[in-house]
Amino acid sequence: MDVDKDTIFALSSGQGKAGVAVIRLSGSHTRFVFETITHFKLPRPRHAYLRKLYAADNSVIDSALVLFFESPYSFTGEDCAEFHIHGGRAVVQALLNCLSGFEKCRLAQAGEFTRRALKYGKIDLLQAEALADLIDAETEAQRDLAIKGQSGRLRREIEDLKQTLLDCMALVEASIDFSDEGDVTPELTSYIQQIVDSAQERLKKLIIGYDTSERLRRGLRVVLSGPVNAGKSTLINALAGRDVAIVSHIPGTTRDQIEVHLDLNGWPVTIIDTAGLRETSDEIEIEGIRRRSEAVAQADIVLNLCPIGEKHTSIISIDSDALHINIITKTDSAPYLNTEYLGISAKTGLGLDALLERLTLEAQRLMRIGDTPVVAHLRQKNGLLNAVNALDKCKDVITFPELLAEELRYISLTLSTLIGTVDNEDVLSQIFSRFCIGK
Amino acid sequence: MKTNMEICLNLITPFDVIIVGGGHAGTEAACASARLGARTALITHNLDTLGIMSCNPAIGGLGKGHLVREIDAMDGIMGRMADAGGIQFRILNRRKGPAVHGPRTQADRKLYASAVQSEIKNTENLKVIAGEVADILIKDDRVEGLELSDGRQFLSGSVVITTGTFLRGLIHVGAEKISAGRIGEMPAVKLAERLQSLGFAMGRLKTGTPARLDGRTIDWASLDMQEGDNPAEPFSALTEYITNRQIACGITRTTNAVHDLIRANLHRSPMYSGDIESRGPRYCPSIEDKVVRFGDRDGHQIFLEPEGLDDHTVYPNGISTSLPLDVQEGIIALIPGLEKTKILQHGYAIEYDFIDPRELKATLETKRVSGLFLAGQINGTTGYEEAAAQGLVAGLNAARFAGRLEPVIFERHQSYIGVMIDDLTRNGVSEPYRMFTSRSEFRLSLRVDNADQRLTPFGLQLGCISSKREKVFAQKRVDIIAARSQLNDLTVTPTESKAASFNLNRDGIRRSAFNLLAYPASNWEKLINVWPELNAIALPIRRLIESEAKYTVYLVRQDEDIARLKNDDDLSLVELHSFDAMPGLSSELIQKLKLIRPRTISQARRIEGMTPAGLLILSSVARGKNMRFKTLHAANMGAEFA
Repeated sequence: MDVDKDTIFALSSGQGKAGVAVIRLSGSHTRFVFETITHFKLPRPRHAYLRKLYAADNSVIDSALVLFFESPYSFTGEDCAEFHIHGGRAVVQALLNCLSGFEKCRLAQAGEFTRRALKYGKIDLLQAEALADLIDAETEAQRDLAIKGQSGRLRREIEDLKQTLLDCMALVEASIDFSDEGDVTPELTSYIQQIVDSAQERLKKLIIGYDTSERLRRGLRVVLSGPVNAGKSTLINALAGRDVAIVSHIPGTTRDQIEVHLDLNGWPVTIIDTAGLRETSDEIEIEGIRRRSEAVAQADIVLNLCPIGEKHTSIISIDSDALHINIITKTDSAPYLNTEYLGISAKTGLGLDALLERLTLEAQRLMRIGDTPVVAHLRQKNGLLNAVNALDKCKDVITFPELLAEELRYISLTLSTLIGTVDNEDVLSQIFSRFCIGK
Repeated sequence: MKTNMEICLNLITPFDVIIVGGGHAGTEAACASARLGARTALITHNLDTLGIMSCNPAIGGLGKGHLVREIDAMDGIMGRMADAGGIQFRILNRRKGPAVHGPRTQADRKLYASAVQSEIKNTENLKVIAGEVADILIKDDRVEGLELSDGRQFLSGSVVITTGTFLRGLIHVGAEKISAGRIGEMPAVKLAERLQSLGFAMGRLKTGTPARLDGRTIDWASLDMQEGDNPAEPFSALTEYITNRQIACGITRTTNAVHDLIRANLHRSPMYSGDIESRGPRYCPSIEDKVVRFGDRDGHQIFLEPEGLDDHTVYPNGISTSLPLDVQEGIIALIPGLEKTKILQHGYAIEYDFIDPRELKATLETKRVSGLFLAGQINGTTGYEEAAAQGLVAGLNAARFAGRLEPVIFERHQSYIGVMIDDLTRNGVSEPYRMFTSRSEFRLSLRVDNADQRLTPFGLQLGCISSKREKVFAQKRVDIIAARSQLNDLTVTPTESKAASFNLNRDGIRRSAFNLLAYPASNWEKLINVWPELNAIALPIRRLIESEAKYTVYLVRQDEDIARLKNDDDLSLVELHSFDAMPGLSSELIQKLKLIRPRTISQARRIEGMTPAGLLILSSVARGKNMRFKTLHAANMGAEFA
């Protein structure tokens, strides 16, 4: 299989029955395929035409809206085509079969379109990551995050930092290679110290944004906690049944962990129901409790449930930065008035709106991204952290120019890897493994 | 190796290798070729100018000192010659780390040249022929020998051309122009025309030299003096002590009055009148350049370097110029300490042809004519050391070519020589190329203190190392191992070390002498205070071990980088005969690839405009790293690349 020369295609719209399905094609055979299946010569690039699509036996597959994008003015940078066909499963299958029949045409691998776009320099690595986020975005705030990620601001900021450090490097190198000339300023230390400090500040500012962006990308994790029969399941069912935008309702990895994805005013929130807390010897239940502890440890917010009339025991101490909200459940009979606790009744619905309002507020507080360039991926954060640490090392060796130069070189490489101007097969593979076919 | 060579050589040709030119590239090339056992001839205009220093009387310096040590490690001559002619040895950057030390010496011109001449005379397999080369004999794009202007023809298996600044050399002094290769010597015009007719891409460069002064008329008493190091550290592993008397150099500065005079006469400098358009080196500017570009400075430093022990000629380093004679005299008279100084020979600028080094393979063989090698300034470099290092590479390869042996490639991660060859043949030059330590990405590994450890084993493999050096090297290896284990075995507590003014954390942990040496403020003298027996370790070994101690962490990282590079970047692209068929490469990139013909991924990586995508494609094709690319590889090797 001749990978790079293959023309690739995939269903780019969702799987399953739909009004319209879009099949995308990219590669050097696009023109030939296009002309062959439309029985027409190539249309004007980037203009939509209505054409019949023909199978190899000249039977009509469907009538479709077709577009041709001429290299390099396409998503991948190669010749591309799009076929907007009727979205029935059989229609889609017929066209895919037809395309497979062409020589050197094959179904795209996961992320292959984007990968080609990266190869041809249409996007950089950061943008590729943001693109994946955009496709994964389920709420308005997530979409906004991904769009900001695609803007290239992070790349520009990193490139700017890199340039500053390169200037530094030039000075250091000059102090080494021209020290025998009278004209080179020998005293660089304080100047470099200043640049290193300010570069570190800028990097740290970027990193600070990560927690927020990352939280937004994966959704705010709200874990329900409390003793058995505290009403956790009732609450989650009540939330799921409420007239808020329920995204999905997924059973967890154990029989007793349930996740509900909510869209609260555009903020993605995941409510996680966990095993109740009690002494037990049941192995499966112990495992459930272990997972609960894990979930609590990763939580952004813990809703600490306690039935009315029982003593409100705080959860067992777990190392977590999560915000704890104490909730009194089963306040069915009378409204519960206490500023310290939020009283709810899943049965009557009393207090649920207040809870959702509170969660929306917290979501906004914990996930609002600032005006700094978006750092939303662990890979990006780690790259920036590496650079910060390397800058620390710069300070350690600031009076040893040859070592300083070495550290600066290393930082420059780290930053390049971050943007994707340095090849790194592992990074690429990891990133593109997130894409599914056709994106 | 020698016997191999003899068997392989074509016995009907009288010489296996002919070297044209007797400067630093030519003499090094001739000796390298002869060391491999090839019957070698060196053709030069004038036997008396063998080994002459046309410009400043010094060998080594920052980056350049590395080259000299590396040449020595390959048993080349420059290091020993510099030791024989050196009259002021100094390690530049001594206060900085060992990786950027730059050994340098002032050289007595006569002592240096006579050392070279006697070395050449006493080299086996090497014959010197006086004459001017008129033509290169070529058949079917392969070199067959040379024809001299007196009609004599010499056949040979390979030819190395090292004509320095002689190709259509043109000297400028003010408005005056003189055709010359050096002052007082004829240029090589026919050879330049011949090379041009072969289709080589050529360009023109410029360099300059200052006036020479009569030291007897310098007011030395009024000047700051700079002494050399004591003891002097020799270049060569074969030199135990420097025996020449050592001298001091004077230091003075240009003044505002000098700058004003230069400004007033700028229009008379061929650099600014438009007579010279070719590029000179940015880092070795003429004094008029300095004044134009850095006019705000109130003075530029001048080193007054005596040219010999019994020679009153003084080289004023820092004021090369092509201004007319009367201005040169005016400048000198305005410089403190030189008010009454007589000029012995005026400064001048020289323009000369060079061949675009991208015409060369990494062996310095031309791509157009097989068996024809170029080395030295003809390839767009500047400096004796750069020339000699190329001479070494070309000489070794010319001999191996004549003997039909595999080429010898110096790699970037192995030596500065490799860095230079790689830079030249890949990037070409836009100004005369000079070595700097910053050109090496493996600076901490490629040091002057381990040049022999890096290269002598390589030389031994090739068979270009004398038995004397082999013995010295073997002994040093033994001594290094002994010294390393001695330093690891000697340990001390923080309290004990305090006596020797080490200030360590009082953590009760015993540290070895090697550990102590790693501390920034530490040095051998302090160690010897604790352990007097360490005084017995020889200086070159101390230097090596100190570097290893101070750079431990970094050397591990660089070794990893080198290993990765070897895995990845050393991936050979030599077998990719066509870049046309590569999918996904822009036509611009394909053109560049065709022109530069990178031998490895590492070379391809540094091509201007190379994209990560392009590299991915190249490496995929060359390697077949994963399953997908393996099939691509196989398919393409079968179809387009077979």
